Amino acid sequence: MSATDGTRTIRVRELARVEGEAALKISVRGGRVQEAQLNIFEPPRFFEALLRGRQFAEAPDITARICGICPVAYQMSAVQAIEQALAVEIPPPIRALRRLLYCGEWIESHGLHVYLLHAPDFLGYQGAIEMARDHRAAVQRGLKLKQTGNRVLTTLGGREIHPVNVRVGGFYKLPSNSALRELVQPLREAREAALETVRWVAGFEFPDCERDYEFVALQADGEYPIDQGRIVSSSGLDLPADRFDEHFVEEQVRHSTALHGRRRDGQSYLVGPLARYSLNHDRLWPLARKAAEDAGLGPVCRNPYRSIIVRGIELVQACDEALAIIEQWERPAQPAVPVAARAATGYGCTEAPRGLLYHRYRLARDGSIEDALIVPPTSQNQPTIERDLEIFANDWLDLADEPLRWRCEQAVRNYDPCISCATHFLRLEVDRG
Amino acid sequence: MGGRDRRPKLAVWKFASCDGCQLTLLDCEDELLALGDAVRIAHFPEATRGRLRGPYDLSLVEGSITTKKDVARIAQIRRQSRRLVTIGACATAGGIQALRNFAGQPGLAGQVYPEPAYLDALATSTPIAEHVPVDFELRGCPIDKRQLLEVITAFLAGRRPQVPAYSVCVECKLAGQVCVMVAHGTPCLGPVTQAGCGALCPRFDRGCYGCFGPMETPNTASLASPLAACGLDRGAIVRLYRSFNAAAPAFRDESFRNERD
Repeated sequence: MSATDGTRTIRVRELARVEGEAALKISVRGGRVQEAQLNIFEPPRFFEALLRGRQFAEAPDITARICGICPVAYQMSAVQAIEQALAVEIPPPIRALRRLLYCGEWIESHGLHVYLLHAPDFLGYQGAIEMARDHRAAVQRGLKLKQTGNRVLTTLGGREIHPVNVRVGGFYKLPSNSALRELVQPLREAREAALETVRWVAGFEFPDCERDYEFVALQADGEYPIDQGRIVSSSGLDLPADRFDEHFVEEQVRHSTALHGRRRDGQSYLVGPLARYSLNHDRLWPLARKAAEDAGLGPVCRNPYRSIIVRGIELVQACDEALAIIEQWERPAQPAVPVAARAATGYGCTEAPRGLLYHRYRLARDGSIEDALIVPPTSQNQPTIERDLEIFANDWLDLADEPLRWRCEQAVRNYDPCISCATHFLRLEVDRG
Repeated sequence: MGGRDRRPKLAVWKFASCDGCQLTLLDCEDELLALGDAVRIAHFPEATRGRLRGPYDLSLVEGSITTKKDVARIAQIRRQSRRLVTIGACATAGGIQALRNFAGQPGLAGQVYPEPAYLDALATSTPIAEHVPVDFELRGCPIDKRQLLEVITAFLAGRRPQVPAYSVCVECKLAGQVCVMVAHGTPCLGPVTQAGCGALCPRFDRGCYGCFGPMETPNTASLASPLAACGLDRGAIVRLYRSFNAAAPAFRDESFRNERD
């Protein structure tokens, strides 16, 4: 209230341009940020509980419904975990097709975030439709990119949101060769648009905000992490998916319906594009690596505002890979391999557009799910988002409430938080006392 | 812009859901900017921080009612909306989260959250129409893009939307799609499920799993024996009806019938 004694409360009651419902409260005492709270009031839907008693074959369709923006990520982590439990080996052409589907989701999701959700913050617009009045060509480029991602999803999965074609063991139906060929020209154009995206966002102004994050991401031999890999971190963790629980834990806090992910030693960590890029820069293909270099990005990026550039680079990578997969793909005889139920526990980790997504299923002998655990990227990033605000907002306290509110919102949107996901997650409130 | 802006005001609201149905609006990549020219986006937090006060000419509502706060919020939104259209299985039937209606929610919360007492959650997940009058219900998990554009266009033009209430079977016939149940013995909810997806699952060699909820007058009882002939036991039939439209009356009742008999 009064600025003279250095106390103030800033509230954002409903955070915009994020997927789901959340608020933000920043408390300022003695001229310093005392606490930042990301209040997630998205109503809980209890997915892990709903999965109990269902058949393993239902998990990809049910878990897709956790998130309309990244349903493929849920489907991919689910099938990976269940296939591990059931000792199913996925043939390389089926795996390639899944990676292609996942590339489609990265293109769709990153296209959406870069152009419709994040860029308006840098250019000072309330949203992309307002931004389109002055930057129509840019917004159209973003929509076209997003559309191409959606086209990959539709070709392989039947529809953009909650695709119907993914099953444990593979797919229900393989796409025709001609349908795959029809993706080539739009993907070539999307790759050009992705390169243009990197050049466009690299010209934005970025605040000088860096933190020494503990990055956590997947890592796999000879490839950028998307659909599989070992869990690695900047402090030297290196483990398979089935040891996630030994090192990471989710805890409940009163101000959020999304659980908070932490390392077991209590330390917060960061998943998502910055972590993936910084731990896997050497695994980017030449075109994406060159785009990063031209954009002035080193092999490690610790400025969360620059995540918009990293998403652009990942757009280049995803388009490039999608084209290569289509070019090299050899049609398998069957769309899926046989799967037999057994009692076992399986673990799956893939890279959702927003970061590491962990699933664990304990299956009974009849194939029913006895227990499920799902740890979405936004849950893991919540403590880090709050910590960012507690540190960065100190430099912004001379701003009036409205510009301060916007700046704080942008700091949250750096993470492309998906609140629907995290609430098995936003409004800003600044308490200046 | 000279003079008063007379374009209609469009608002998008979210309750318990996955965000997919409102994302469908952003997925209209070819039409989005034209829509932004034709209407004032008055409230759509997923897309913009900009907000205009009500009343709103058309409100699109996604999600189901699962908390006490949301019971009050939907009543408030109804008061501000000239027309209110619910979009998707959560808003029209309670969604997948309505499985709690069958299981008893306190147990569920304890399985997911260490401190269930911190939560404001009702024991049930219910469709919007159970709380306020709704002008039109657009089905689907998720909704179909073309149907969404038809509904927005129709309401802005002041006419009823043309959205078929017949079954997925009719879509298969129109598409020349071979029946997966007859030809391959694949269990399929197509005969009792409302059209709208474009016979999607059969086109992908799988049976319909009911995303668009029950068709107008579904004969679920007579589908029981063909489903059994495809090898589904009672438990499997119950699970088939108990998914994204589990609490839609026709599907709910048929699942109870299979559980009981």
